[in-house]
Amino acid sequence: MLTIKNLHAGIEDKEILNGINLEIKTGEVHAIMGPNGSGKSTLAAVLAGRENYEVTEGTVEYLGKNLLDLAPEERAGEGLFLAFQYPVEIPGLSTTNFIKTAVNEVRKYRGQEPLDAVAFLKLMKEKMKLMNIDQSLLSRSLNEGFSGGEKKRNEIFQMAMLQPKLAVLDETDSGLDIDAIRIVANGVNKFRNKDNAVLVVTHYQRLLDYIIPDFVHVLYNGRIVKSGPKELAFELEEKGYDFIKNEVIEVSGE
Amino acid sequence: MKTDVVQTEKNGPDVYREDESLRTIEKTVLSEYKYGFVTDIEADEAPKGLNEDTIRFISARKSEPQWMLDWRLKAFRHWEKLATEEPKWANIKYPPINYQDIIYYSAPKQSAKPKSLDEIDPELKRTFEKLGISLEEQKRLTGVAVDAVIDSVSIGTTFKEQLGELGIIFCSMSEAIQEHPDLVKKHLSTVVPITDNYFAALNSAVFSDGSFCYIPKGVRCPMELSTYFRINAENTGQFERTLIVAEEGSYVSYLEGCTAPMRDENQLHAAVVELIAMDNAEIKYSTVQNWYPGDKQGNGGIYNFVTKRGICKGANSKISWTQVETGSAITWKYPSVILKGDNSVGEFYSVAVTNNHQQADTGTKMQHLGKNTRSRIVSKGISAGVSNNSYRGLVHVGKNASNARNFSQCDSLLLGDKCGAHTFPYIEVKNNTAVVEHEATTSKIGEDQIFYCNQRGINTETAVALIINGFAKEVMNQLPMEFAVEAQKLLAISLEGSVG
Repeated sequence: MLTIKNLHAGIEDKEILNGINLEIKTGEVHAIMGPNGSGKSTLAAVLAGRENYEVTEGTVEYLGKNLLDLAPEERAGEGLFLAFQYPVEIPGLSTTNFIKTAVNEVRKYRGQEPLDAVAFLKLMKEKMKLMNIDQSLLSRSLNEGFSGGEKKRNEIFQMAMLQPKLAVLDETDSGLDIDAIRIVANGVNKFRNKDNAVLVVTHYQRLLDYIIPDFVHVLYNGRIVKSGPKELAFELEEKGYDFIKNEVIEVSGE
Repeated sequence: MKTDVVQTEKNGPDVYREDESLRTIEKTVLSEYKYGFVTDIEADEAPKGLNEDTIRFISARKSEPQWMLDWRLKAFRHWEKLATEEPKWANIKYPPINYQDIIYYSAPKQSAKPKSLDEIDPELKRTFEKLGISLEEQKRLTGVAVDAVIDSVSIGTTFKEQLGELGIIFCSMSEAIQEHPDLVKKHLSTVVPITDNYFAALNSAVFSDGSFCYIPKGVRCPMELSTYFRINAENTGQFERTLIVAEEGSYVSYLEGCTAPMRDENQLHAAVVELIAMDNAEIKYSTVQNWYPGDKQGNGGIYNFVTKRGICKGANSKISWTQVETGSAITWKYPSVILKGDNSVGEFYSVAVTNNHQQADTGTKMQHLGKNTRSRIVSKGISAGVSNNSYRGLVHVGKNASNARNFSQCDSLLLGDKCGAHTFPYIEVKNNTAVVEHEATTSKIGEDQIFYCNQRGINTETAVALIINGFAKEVMNQLPMEFAVEAQKLLAISLEGSVG
């Protein structure tokens, strides 16, 4: 589904991603872990097409297309979804209205008829139940005055509404207490199936107690320095990122 | 009294990055003014220039009674006295207007005054149809009566008979002077005296047409009344005069819309609107102003110099102004309410958009005179391009206005980094039981807001429209439903290609 080859990217002449290689197949869940400043959020931003990041080298192939050629809204149309670490507030714009616009813009991109009010409401009710989200939250202005937990739940709710093929979750667990993490993880688990894929970007292992990944990758200094099965996450939790750093230093020292 | 001024300037380290995103967004759409066409129709015009003969010409063309002519001449003489006192205090800049270079009366030639809507020149009907205003009653939105004014005359009013059955008078001002002289005499210039200000004096001297609405005691007007103003002829000024009287316990909702052709020269629209609400009456007055704003370089466009004022004359009366101002090269306009009756309520809801070289100095005056009077001001200014947008408002609480209450909120949204947003709130309180609150914010459309929308599949153009409409929502909610959707589209169109 997604093939990243030798990806170099940065912001304002500062290189942050330093040759990333990653392959994600349909039905898989990958976790990217790494210490602060290792490039996790940059990778998520580059995949979503954030404008101020510049790709200097490498390729990203997504469902047979050159992802880097597509505008951010086209990537969304192609089924790429980013759950933001810091969801943005838009005063006066109701969450429902925002999501309805998003759903219908994506449908338009795919050449589908827009959902009418009745069909949209039906879909929304169904997903609300699934995500355990309250109607009152959806009639409020988008993310305005939402608690950290409400913002993240809203992200996952939008994911459920848009049904992407590849969901990138950028530090979705940050700032959440354990109950909120469970709710969010539960939403992701209900979403995942054999036809989609999830890329979980996280600093801590605890989210991976609930979203069990097929593969774990460790990002350090803009490169994936170690990949392994889900147990790698436990090892990291136990030994801390220093153990990776030391390993990297040893390797480069040879 | 407090003045706070926010001006963004091009400086700081982020300039290049912002410029980049500005360009990307600018590329998305280049919109054009949709109503810029000219109708080719023969006109009956006054000679250029302004003197007593001009006034006599206008009055004669309208076959006005002597009292009306005398009233006009009085206003003209007052205006002459003020001639050197054109107001300069507003935060707007424009070259001096040559009042002798304007045509003060221009009317489409019609063989005879049409007796019914069927007799209106088809060319004129088509003009209004192109603007989305059908003068065929059966085709109209249900529940909206229209008075159509082109240049200096009203060409027709719909639903007059139905309204007449309830005793409601809805007709052009010219007709009201002929048919209802007592009502006109009784109320005209009681809210805005001819000596009120420079442009009010000018308007009183040369006013051409506008609407007259009279809602009798206890009647709730069953449909929206609306006037559509169109400037068509070249070199002319339009001097709208509107008067709405709501008798005891009555209710009316009125809406005006305005457009004009695209021209290189500036044209003047100097209007006076007066509202009178008696005991327990309510008037809701909405404006969707979309005069030609000039081109991207700032050439042409309408000068919109307007005096609008309502008086809550009776106890428990209410006047509510809602305006969506997207057009005009310059807007100079302060719809105000005199809260004379005890427990009366005044409201002002405004969205003013300026783009390219447009300038707006707009706001309101709330004069609290009666006891327990309340007023509410919600002003949303949106500036883009190199435009300048000012809110200017006065809240005055007189010494007898015990327990007066005012709440004002002025929010400014900046699009790009070359525009200006200014707030000039004035507060005068002479009674210590008054409670006056003022809140103000200034914000910018963020790149991150747009990216967030993009990531959800929403393109930049739509994203901007969503953000703008969210910002203006509180005001848009006040518009009659039939017009809210149109106004939302209008907001998005006036800002297309201007966001960063």
